[in-house]
Amino acid sequence: MTILIDKTDRQETSKKQKYKKVAYYPGCALEGSAQPYDKSTRAVGKALGLELVEIKDWNCCGAMEVKNIDPEIQTYLSSRVLSDAQHKSKQDVVMAPCNGCYHNLKKAEYDLENKDKSRAVTEKISKKAGHETYKSGDVETIHALDWIKFGYGEDELKQKIKGGLKGLKVANYYGCMYTRPRHIFPEKDQGGDSESTSKPHYMDDLLAIAGAENVEFPLKTACCGGAHTLSDSDMSTKLVLNILEAAEAAGAEVIATECPTCHSGLEMHQIRALKRLSKDTNVKVVYFTQLLGMAMGLSPRKVGLHANISDSVGFMKQKGIA
Amino acid sequence: MRSVAELEAFVETADPAVQAVQECLRAGEDILIHWLLAHDRDPTMDTKEGFRLLALQRQGSKGDPSFNACRETCRELAYHYNLVTMEPDHKDTQSRLSMAWMLAKHLVLFVGGKLQVAELGEFCCSSKGLRLKSETESELRM
Repeated sequence: MTILIDKTDRQETSKKQKYKKVAYYPGCALEGSAQPYDKSTRAVGKALGLELVEIKDWNCCGAMEVKNIDPEIQTYLSSRVLSDAQHKSKQDVVMAPCNGCYHNLKKAEYDLENKDKSRAVTEKISKKAGHETYKSGDVETIHALDWIKFGYGEDELKQKIKGGLKGLKVANYYGCMYTRPRHIFPEKDQGGDSESTSKPHYMDDLLAIAGAENVEFPLKTACCGGAHTLSDSDMSTKLVLNILEAAEAAGAEVIATECPTCHSGLEMHQIRALKRLSKDTNVKVVYFTQLLGMAMGLSPRKVGLHANISDSVGFMKQKGIA
Repeated sequence: MRSVAELEAFVETADPAVQAVQECLRAGEDILIHWLLAHDRDPTMDTKEGFRLLALQRQGSKGDPSFNACRETCRELAYHYNLVTMEPDHKDTQSRLSMAWMLAKHLVLFVGGKLQVAELGEFCCSSKGLRLKSETESELRM
């Protein structure tokens, strides 16, 4: 008897095996301002039996600052992270929960695949620094959303959670770097269960499994002015306030985030909007990993909820989630 | 056409309950036109998928990838325009209108912000260094 296996099923099985144990690249944000994101990511991974191997001796991805001085140096810095993951940590998948890191590793991958200059600069500095030169295609970069969605599997997650976020209205906010620019994310917009760059849905999918009621939120990829929070704070405050008000108008009680820059921007400008513009919003800002963790029965402290600037502990208790 | 200041005042003070969705769409078009004019470009009169707004956004993003940071906002605004105009008696019309207004507000703030600080949106979305006007040589000495 011939057993037909759907192509998508095969891909999912393969991802499930590949993502079970991955190199972890926290980046600087998750060691600092986004420490609750780091804590909840590790806690959720542990609860799901997914293994993280933190990259030894990882460095800055080049973030926004280096990229704006010399993008080739940013490509090199990201390539060193990928090289370390492959050669020192012996992994072929890197998981980066920070949108900035994820974006920059993807950009480096694209540049090294397509630009002679990027390859030449990276090779030269890698040799000088005394480590293996990273070659494009050797390592796959994924986001924490891919890791949980495919590494554990949605069907399995349904069994594990059983509607822990029931009754919670959530606006899923992805920010700009998760999907832009499109050309550095060749795996997206491929139909089937691939992610969409114009209407991302992986976070919606995971939180729906956890029982959340996802509201229609048309500003899910809108710019929060994150990079201008110091140079043009008022503009950032206005952009964030509009996002918060739109989430509330959509009926959301919580904005779920998956980017430390967006998250801290939403939290800080929510306070600033009240002080500077006398505009009060009450929507809570929570990392999606914190929501998933609590849906699985982890305590608020275990997922770092008390460490968020946006105080949602009382609210979560009131909702019976924490 | 309204000035940038008038547009900003419109999105800051307008009561979505009494604004027509056409006004939201026009505010979006106007701010894109301001941006194109500030860059010595003739704003297109073409439409894309029936919307001048989408054609203007596409025109603006040519040569400036950071402009793509408002692509989805424009598309969502067009979508909400369709929802409101095609189903005016729908029970959600008021909330759809409110959302269209907030989308217009984001567009005015974002593009208005780019008129003041051109780099707004460039850090995150364009993957292009501010000091590099085009895909030029790295400054690293080879």
